[in-house]
Amino acid sequence: MNINATLIGELIAFLVFVLFCMKYVWPPIIGAIETRQQKIADGLAASDRAEQDLRLAQEKAKQQLIDAKAQASVVIDQAKKREAQIIEEAAVKAQAEREKILAQAKAEVDAERIRAKEELRKQVAALAVAGAERILQRSIDEAAHSDILDKLVAEL
Amino acid sequence: MASGELTSKDYITHHLTNWSVGEGFWTVHVDTLGWSIFMGLIFLFSFRAVAKTANAGVPTKWQCAVEMVVEFIDSTVKSTFHGKNPVIAPLALTIFVWVLLMNLLDLVPVDFIPWTAQQIGAAMGYDPHDVYMKAVPTTDLNMTIALALGVFILMIYYSIKMKGIGGFIKELTTQPFNTPWLYWFNFILEVVALLAKPLSLALRLFGNLYAGELIFILIAMTGLYQLPMHFVWAVFHLLVIPLQAFIFTILTVVYLSMAHEHH
Repeated sequence: MNINATLIGELIAFLVFVLFCMKYVWPPIIGAIETRQQKIADGLAASDRAEQDLRLAQEKAKQQLIDAKAQASVVIDQAKKREAQIIEEAAVKAQAEREKILAQAKAEVDAERIRAKEELRKQVAALAVAGAERILQRSIDEAAHSDILDKLVAEL
Repeated sequence: MASGELTSKDYITHHLTNWSVGEGFWTVHVDTLGWSIFMGLIFLFSFRAVAKTANAGVPTKWQCAVEMVVEFIDSTVKSTFHGKNPVIAPLALTIFVWVLLMNLLDLVPVDFIPWTAQQIGAAMGYDPHDVYMKAVPTTDLNMTIALALGVFILMIYYSIKMKGIGGFIKELTTQPFNTPWLYWFNFILEVVALLAKPLSLALRLFGNLYAGELIFILIAMTGLYQLPMHFVWAVFHLLVIPLQAFIFTILTVVYLSMAHEHH
């Protein structure tokens, strides 16, 4: 176990190995490792971002759904109101129409009645006159007593 | 596997002797050099294969495994060293994987590699007793000291680069006692502390692995009972192997980040 020239040989071998490792082994391997680490980190960050985006989109969709539902119920309410309004309006209109028709009918009836009354009155007057004429045919001068008869007719 | 003609001492000595070529200081441990460079090349080529095709897309399984190691080293370095330095992380990766691979050779059954080497040596016409093959490079002090020395040189280099020579000398002399007549004492303390760092790095790794290897060899001589004992020790050693590689790596990073800091 003595120190000899082997030492020098090993020293040179050591130096050569370290230099080779420094030049041709270490840089490419550590470079690949670091690049891959960077890539993985980027990928993880991107996936985190995507997850975040997905969550936001889901929330947005949920919100939109809620909004749409609310809007739909508003529309339905409005429609219902409108329906009631239309029905009411129609009812009012119908009522008015009815009353108009009724009033018209009444007016017609009234007019008819008045006309009938007039007719009746005239006929009664004529009848009365005819009756009276027959009764008084011989005694009463038609012309002389027509004023009395007219008075009668007016009173009927 | 101690054969009858060998004594225990011979067996152990044979296992702990390096295949040496040369004389005196200029001896070279061919097995240490060969196995360590072989392991280093396994590391570099297997990682380079990933580096060549590395992209930020879906990784292959082998790419995943390599990236786990790189990521582990990167996070360890980042948690300890806060400056900007393109050397420290690749250095830590090299030390960790290389030392780990060399330590893992310790789990190859102790006789397998030397025995194979002996067979090859015999086939090539050498005396098998003269063929030595000590496979685990981190059980050779030359290996661990070379690693620690490399780290030490970087420590000095960055200390001077970050603080300047004056700042480095100031750091060595003005603490812990900030009075001029105690500067010589500070200097002795700091130099000891500075030298203790690479020395402890080298000796810790060497000691752990050498002891582990030695115990494997001792267990190998106990006859039939060696099988469960080998298993138990291997399981225990399985903890030591990555732990020592990791300790060497993390201490390297700590020492280098200390070299960057201003006190």
